[in-house]
Amino acid sequence: MQITDTLARPSAARIPWVTIGVWGGLAILVLVAYLRAPQATTAVLTSTIRQSTPIILGALAGIMCERSGVINIGIEGMMLISAFLGFLFNVWTGDLLLATMGALLVGAAVGAFHAVMSITLKVDQIIAGTVINILAVGLTGYFYQQGLTTRGKLAPVSIPVLADIPIIGPVFFSNPPITYASLILIVVIHVILFRTAWGLRTRAVGEHPAAADTVGIAVNRVRYINVIIGGMLAGLAGGFLTLESVGSFERNMTNGRGFVSLAVMIFGKWTPFGAWGGSLLFGFANALQSQIQFLKNQLPPWLAWIGDLPPQFIGMLPYVLTIAVLAGFVGRARPPAAIGKVYEKE
Amino acid sequence: MTAEPEIVLEARNITKRFPGVVANENVSLKLHRGEVLALLGENGAGKTTLMNILYGLYHQDSGEVLIRGEPVRISSPSESIKRGIGMVHQHFMLVPVFTVAENIILGAETGNGPFLDLKVARQRIRELSRQYHLDVDPDAYVKDLSVGQQQRVEIIKALYRNADILILDEPTAVLTPQETEELFAIIRSLTARGASVIFISHKLKEALAIADRIMVLRRGRVVGETTPREATERSLAEMMVGRSVMLEVEKGEAHPGAPVLTLENVTVLDDRGQQVVNGVSLEVHAGEILGIAGVQGNGQTELVEAITGLRPVHSGRVRINGRDVTNASPRRISETGCAHVPEDRQEDGLVLTYTVADNLVLNTYYTPPFAHGIVRDDRAILDHANRLIERYDVRTPGALTLVSALSGGNKQKVIIARELSREVRLLIAAQPTRGIDVGSIEFIHQQIIAERDRGAAVLLVSAELDEIMALSDRIAVMYHGRIVATLPAASATREELGLLMAGAQPVNAASELATDGHEPVNVQRRGV
Ligand SMILES: Nc1ncnc2c1ncn2[C@@H]1O[C@H](COP(=O)(O)OP(=O)(O)O)[C@@H](O)[C@H]1O
Ligand SMILES: [Mg+2]
Repeated sequence: MQITDTLARPSAARIPWVTIGVWGGLAILVLVAYLRAPQATTAVLTSTIRQSTPIILGALAGIMCERSGVINIGIEGMMLISAFLGFLFNVWTGDLLLATMGALLVGAAVGAFHAVMSITLKVDQIIAGTVINILAVGLTGYFYQQGLTTRGKLAPVSIPVLADIPIIGPVFFSNPPITYASLILIVVIHVILFRTAWGLRTRAVGEHPAAADTVGIAVNRVRYINVIIGGMLAGLAGGFLTLESVGSFERNMTNGRGFVSLAVMIFGKWTPFGAWGGSLLFGFANALQSQIQFLKNQLPPWLAWIGDLPPQFIGMLPYVLTIAVLAGFVGRARPPAAIGKVYEKE
Repeated sequence: MTAEPEIVLEARNITKRFPGVVANENVSLKLHRGEVLALLGENGAGKTTLMNILYGLYHQDSGEVLIRGEPVRISSPSESIKRGIGMVHQHFMLVPVFTVAENIILGAETGNGPFLDLKVARQRIRELSRQYHLDVDPDAYVKDLSVGQQQRVEIIKALYRNADILILDEPTAVLTPQETEELFAIIRSLTARGASVIFISHKLKEALAIADRIMVLRRGRVVGETTPREATERSLAEMMVGRSVMLEVEKGEAHPGAPVLTLENVTVLDDRGQQVVNGVSLEVHAGEILGIAGVQGNGQTELVEAITGLRPVHSGRVRINGRDVTNASPRRISETGCAHVPEDRQEDGLVLTYTVADNLVLNTYYTPPFAHGIVRDDRAILDHANRLIERYDVRTPGALTLVSALSGGNKQKVIIARELSREVRLLIAAQPTRGIDVGSIEFIHQQIIAERDRGAAVLLVSAELDEIMALSDRIAVMYHGRIVATLPAASATREELGLLMAGAQPVNAASELATDGHEPVNVQRRGV
């Protein structure tokens, strides 16, 4: 009784006209906007990429876990703990690179914790994730001290020549390191999942663990490794927040991004590029929202009413959009068949 | 004395316990090079458990395994694969959303470094298909294949790993008689090349046809070993069951009356919206059993669901006793005197987390004497349950035991008891004896015939051709959602039915004429 949609692989055979149409349309829109208001357009697009970075990293974390059959709703908590400890590492060592490594390791550790709970101890995976989320808020809130200062945050690195291209240059080629990393990771994880033996095994374990077991694949080992890799990706998302974006820690600063990541993962049908599309949408809504508040007084007269809306309403925009998009698209997405189920041999 | 062929696989005194059951007790087995060893046993006898131990999926509590004379500890399937054991599982181990090639290479991937290279794999798969006549397209998605094709993929999967000891766990359960013949040919070509095969079945004919030696398992123990030359179906059946059994179902002549169930051009869609029942018309008369034969997945499931109100009828009419019940609610259909023994007893037949007593009133709990207004009468429900448990010989610790604790055969008896405890005018039984013990099968067959003799109309759907032939008065063959022929059971042969099930046109027009002496003669010929 399941809908066998094409989950397992992005459809490669057919030419994706719809996708081409949507992206082509968007490109034209951006061009028109750029010609009319170059600065605002560039600002919105740059901000879109930045805003989408933690989302896509979180979604990639979710993809790695869930493709191998483990539900991870603890991404929010993984991000928050890594953001917090990454920040502390930065305070203590003053070395942003070490701090980023620290955030990755913390993510891996929380990932391992999730794996132990949901694979070895067979705790319900939703509950295991919720435990992580609650612990994260509690622990980071308790240990957080105000007034800690750091020596800066990860700075943008412009790539020579490419950075000078209009629009594309500032948007894609003068970003800070974690943002670059996230863009590269989209491709890397896509290749891992769909072009390598490891990816084939990961997807097999998430779809039909008994089948994987009978050909000699150690199901739980594959799951452990993927959940830990997922934890590292969530850790990087957390590191992005404190080490690259804000530069300091604030209570509960993930602010639902981990959950948005999950929504985006589902929107993207558990594929990296699909999820990236969703992240950009969310990032764009966020960017637009902050630009609107910023440009309130320069809006054309027929849009002036937007400036009069309470800022809370405009702040809701990205989330409302997420809900609308999910409600519209999710109906057709099919999760990996064995998701959330403990694999027991005997 | 000539030297016996080498013993490639040996199990010595294997014992395996599960909570509450001893699945294997001191089981020993020898497999020689190039032979087919048939392992016979009823459901639950412990055949799969023993094979899973040899394959490294389970671990024995005691006993040892030797491969080519060498004692080995098989701790995982990768170990057994390395030693040349391949297994085709009873429930196929294929990832539906992967292609054939991806399924075959899974776990034994080739490529440059970590990257997959399907080209080499496809090449090997093609070679193996050619060599053993195992026709499959490496790039097809497994979810789009028939079960017969999926089985071929499983066999290639084992050969791809160079298996020379092949375990086939109930491989024929899902095949037509012709497909079974093809499988036997494949098995013979494998053994001719020196492979050894363990063939598991609960069908006696098949063991006699393919095996060099036959071993019989009962309740986890080896109860005998024989050869097809020495054994007969009767002797094997008695070994399997532990007492003498009736191989034939005793039934008198049918006395058909007026039509009870009438289908007119019924079409039904499956979950994916595809039309899987394509204009079925048929009549089932009071006092007769109409059997629907066909390979699983030819629309039988959806047809039964549509008749019983569990799935919308897309077009056409369903009438019971002349009343139009097309797309009526299941309760309304049930209240016309329609009893339904569903195909999936765990999912659709029972509420597993309820007691036996509650399961016995699922269709009547809302009526007196079980309910007074909105209050249920526990006393009446319990009395009713105790009566039925007695009458239908349900082996349960008590009426208040959870139904999930019963064996397959007894679960089925609970369903039969519930469905037949009211006055039945139409009985729809889908796969009524699938996977249950011989004793329960006999009992259920008797009940079905008793209903017929009481004057009920019976629609029987079964994938077991023997069951269809033994019980039916008329046989309709379903293929690709159509009734391709309706034959009188008395003159139908296995071969003819097998061909029709595989989509062949009826050869002999005379064989189509239903001559069971009542009007209208139900002759159908479709799909021309
Ligand atoms: N994983 C398991 N856990 C508990 N009991 C099991 C398990 N597998 C099999 N059994 C029990 O062991 C017995 C033998 O089962 P099985 O080997 O599947 O029989 P067969 O293949 O001959 O039908 C049955 O009573 C079954 O319920
Ligand atoms: Mg079995």
